[in-house]
Amino acid sequence: MDQEFTSDLFVFLLATLLGLEVIRRVSPLLHTPLMSLTNAISAISVVGAIVIAGQDYPPEQPYGRLAKVLGVAAVALAFSNVVGGYLITDRMLKMFRKRKGGP
Amino acid sequence: MTAFPLAILAEAGRQAPNWVSGYLVPLAYLVAAACFVLALKWLSAPATARRGVWIGELGMVLAIVGTLVGQGRLDYTWLVIALLAGALIGVPLAVFMPMTAVPQRTALSHAFGAAAAALVGSAHYLLNKPNIPLFDMIALMLEMLLGFLTFTGSLMAFGKLQEWLPGRPLTFRHQNAVNLSVLAAALGVGVVLVAWPGASYLFPVFVVLALAFGLMLIFPIGGADMPTVIALLNAYAGLSACLMGFVLHNKMLIVAGALDGSSGLILSIIMCKAMNRSFANVLFGAFGAVAKTGKEPDIYGGKVKSATAEEVAQLLADARRVVIVPGYGMAVAQAQHAVRELEVQLEQRGIEVEFAIHPVAGRMPGHMNVLLAEAEVPYDKLKDLDAINPTFHQTDVAVVIGANDVVNPLARTDPNSPIAGMPILDVDKARTVVVIKRSLSPGFAGIPNPLFAADNTLMFFNDGKAAVLELIAALKQV
Repeated sequence: MDQEFTSDLFVFLLATLLGLEVIRRVSPLLHTPLMSLTNAISAISVVGAIVIAGQDYPPEQPYGRLAKVLGVAAVALAFSNVVGGYLITDRMLKMFRKRKGGP
Repeated sequence: MTAFPLAILAEAGRQAPNWVSGYLVPLAYLVAAACFVLALKWLSAPATARRGVWIGELGMVLAIVGTLVGQGRLDYTWLVIALLAGALIGVPLAVFMPMTAVPQRTALSHAFGAAAAALVGSAHYLLNKPNIPLFDMIALMLEMLLGFLTFTGSLMAFGKLQEWLPGRPLTFRHQNAVNLSVLAAALGVGVVLVAWPGASYLFPVFVVLALAFGLMLIFPIGGADMPTVIALLNAYAGLSACLMGFVLHNKMLIVAGALDGSSGLILSIIMCKAMNRSFANVLFGAFGAVAKTGKEPDIYGGKVKSATAEEVAQLLADARRVVIVPGYGMAVAQAQHAVRELEVQLEQRGIEVEFAIHPVAGRMPGHMNVLLAEAEVPYDKLKDLDAINPTFHQTDVAVVIGANDVVNPLARTDPNSPIAGMPILDVDKARTVVVIKRSLSPGFAGIPNPLFAADNTLMFFNDGKAAVLELIAALKQV
């Protein structure tokens, strides 16, 4: 197995274990905002889309134009989740209030 | 020819100063990954949750700016157009979306995220084939499989939640066998492509099979299983982004995707436990496909007592402790604000009021909490199953609004019931139970509910919102 793939697997394993520990502690009150926040975070795939969409493909490059179209569409889709995900999570969390003067 | 994109990347890297792409960008990615972990850590409690959103945003800005800078020379025209289009879709979906529609918005955003990963994967394959290393190719095929199937699956879930499609399970003969053969075919074609990445004529076949399987996976899912399925689609979308990290050897992507994947996994496990069912049963069981069992007369036969608003108001006025149990029916009737008004009225009379929230009440995890928080119910009054159940025997009145299966005592008593062993809210232990419901029709499990015929239960037949408003009016006369 090549070195890079192995280290990627290590990162994946540790991040998953960390994620399971951290997310286990999220109060059931906030499960909906949790889902919208993790959805926004995983829209980090916009980074991969930017790399594909941002290149200039010479006309002789096979599938260059198609790749550009796919990349641009992917940037738009992922970025809508980035913007929308954070906005709606914050909008939901703003609504969670304790009772006035309560414990 | 196939080295072209790599050559372009290398050229772009050369344009930027070495220390930017060599040190600054990886550092920005590292900090971004840490931000994402902290975001989820701070989300654990309402007091720190908003801080979690802010640090998540910081991480995202670092990652995007880092990528734009690190790539050096980019075609900004199309990027700006794409980013603007994304913002134009994303902002209205977040700002104007009513809270009752959050489940379908979530399904839609899973579809978008998964589609983005699948499209990036497709572009990567088409540009670099056939010179893709074995492990990259495996990750790439899995990324596209999960991406495409989550895309159509989430769209299907969106259609059901938005009620553009029928909410009941769609079933046909040999459905599971057909579904599994489509999945097997997709995997088979995927394996061939991994072995011969140059066989690109098979690629469209793979895409179509993955898209078809996504649709077929959601056909047999009914409304009551939506919380589990949305959580599962969440996990798939996250894993797809994570696999993109494997393909691009970007560890920040792997971390962010793994966090999303584990979140979806935990939520789906919680949902399955809250229904005492397995993943396989949720996905392949077509739960709620049987509309009627015809048993209603035996259970209800003349034992159901109905009450008027005045009678219920009198009961509530005399109570010391009231527990309100909301279900999906409250969301459908948009009754959350009326329910909040009822709570305030009762509290002004010195009555203690709490809310009992079952994990699968509603159409997605946490659905009821968000609706009630929107109506300004303080969150410390929203109690989960374990916290509220021991208190029902000290409760004078339990008011059930639009919930059915989650308060059905058959789950405790009838081992042959489809909901046997499902943890329920023990409302029947309260001194009096008031059930607000339009009729005696069964809930999603398609079974009658003996609670409605219990000695201590009063039925208040009405639409959820109208009923609560009538109660509030009647309370003012007591």
